[in-house]
Amino acid sequence: MFENLISPFVEFEFMRRALVGSIALSMAGAPVGVFLMLRRMSLTGDAMAHAILPGAAIGYLLAGLSLGAMTAGGLIAGIVVALASGAVARFTALREDATLAAFYLISLALGVTIVSLRGSNVDLLHLLFGSVLALDDATLLLLAAISTLTLFIFALLYRPLVMETLDPGFLASVSGAGAPTQLIFLCLVVLNLVGGFHALGTLLAVGIMMLPAAAARLWVADVTLAIAIAMGIGIVASYLGLVISYKAGVPSGPVIILVCGGIYLLSLLFGRSSGLIRLLRPRWHLEA
Amino acid sequence: MGASRRSPGIECGAVAGSLVGNIMSAALRFRDLTLGYDRHPAVHHLDGEVEQGALLAVCGPNGAGKSTLLKGIAGVLKPIGGKIERGGFAARDIAYLPQAAEIDRSFPISVFDMVSMGYWRAAGLFGGIGRDKRQRVFDAIAAVGLTGFEDRTIATLSGGQMQRMLFARLLLQDSPIILLDEPFTAIDAKTMQDLLDVVGRWHHEKRTVIAVLHDFEMVRAHFPHTLLLAREKVAWCGTSDALSAENLLKARRICEAFDREALECERVA
Repeated sequence: MFENLISPFVEFEFMRRALVGSIALSMAGAPVGVFLMLRRMSLTGDAMAHAILPGAAIGYLLAGLSLGAMTAGGLIAGIVVALASGAVARFTALREDATLAAFYLISLALGVTIVSLRGSNVDLLHLLFGSVLALDDATLLLLAAISTLTLFIFALLYRPLVMETLDPGFLASVSGAGAPTQLIFLCLVVLNLVGGFHALGTLLAVGIMMLPAAAARLWVADVTLAIAIAMGIGIVASYLGLVISYKAGVPSGPVIILVCGGIYLLSLLFGRSSGLIRLLRPRWHLEA
Repeated sequence: MGASRRSPGIECGAVAGSLVGNIMSAALRFRDLTLGYDRHPAVHHLDGEVEQGALLAVCGPNGAGKSTLLKGIAGVLKPIGGKIERGGFAARDIAYLPQAAEIDRSFPISVFDMVSMGYWRAAGLFGGIGRDKRQRVFDAIAAVGLTGFEDRTIATLSGGQMQRMLFARLLLQDSPIILLDEPFTAIDAKTMQDLLDVVGRWHHEKRTVIAVLHDFEMVRAHFPHTLLLAREKVAWCGTSDALSAENLLKARRICEAFDREALECERVA
């Protein structure tokens, strides 16, 4: 037992680093994912991930595999897309999904064009699938810092964010916090995706946000609890995913997301709040 | 606005829109107020005052600018022309119940938490809700007849229960001016009576209440003053005078005459 579950982390430093990094990602990803889901923006994370990719690729082109350049590139591309689509959605007739689709497609096309102009063969595999087993000190610090900052900002903006999601008209009538809350939230999404792509890659970084959030919602009908449960699911999945990938000799990033997916499927069946079995099981209705 | 130039509304007797020399101070004052969308006015050159503690119904045909006027007062919509004076209050101190609240009813939140949102102005980002405030949340929920629903999620509420809950939230906002946009549509008689009791309580507490309503019987029974609006002010006075057959006909005529090729309004402020 010990052999399988603990010893990989005792023996190898890279496993410990991978665990710490993915726990940091899970903790910050949980509230981001839960609010993305509640705001019906589950696919926004995916779109934002595409928007970040060209920025990171340009950073890579200019400075090679440098943490700073790729992070900055991704952040800039992501935040420009987030701010522009948020602003357009607020001030024009277009809804957020339409504007985001427009802006991320522009960003993606622009990025691909720039890369092909330079004619160099970028190793996009690192960006796409991450390297959770090769986290150096700087990357780990970046992940921890992003996680801390995200949780702090969520503590600060929790009430307006809940109100903006639940009843934006009411928030607008009592406070001007709506617009800044929306934009800061989008920036947090970008920040976490940029953090996530170092460990899991841009595509899978969305997974550790959305899958635990969706699974948690199947168990409880309360936002705060859903966030806590999503964090738990993310952490458990990170640990199990690393153990399984170590034993089976398969890439860790995808396995972590697969474990998240497994937990999601189980929740879909057994979830206490709206799982399928609960819905199928015939129960006598109450008197009132 | 082609043919009709300035058409001043009827101001009847002592209870006219502008109560000059009245000892009560005005809670709201409209000065040549024009509100609208895309340069098209929905409320056109409105003048008048709402005295403090007034219980005012706003009536008029569909498209008369009633909801637009409330949006303007609540500060959600900026005037195209003229201004609204709020007697020292900020727009955000005004409690506003929109006609079709954009509430995400699938959001996992309890009735208690939703009602507590009424404390936003008092509590802000971090302010706690202590024991006495919690008690007042329970009191507000009881006042609208929802006791026992505190822990239910809002997704399980019926339309009438939802409206009761929104009234409880308005109660907690503890606002001097309360705007209600068609608060009693699609609501049964019992719920309506309970919510009217709440409105009566606000009136008794000398709060200013402005409600957009279509049910003239109810307006005649419960609202002493009425503003009959048809983009222009048609009448603003005691309810029985304002809702005369002649005024209602006039209001309908004005609203039907929509001019696609409207010229720039030449009235000078």
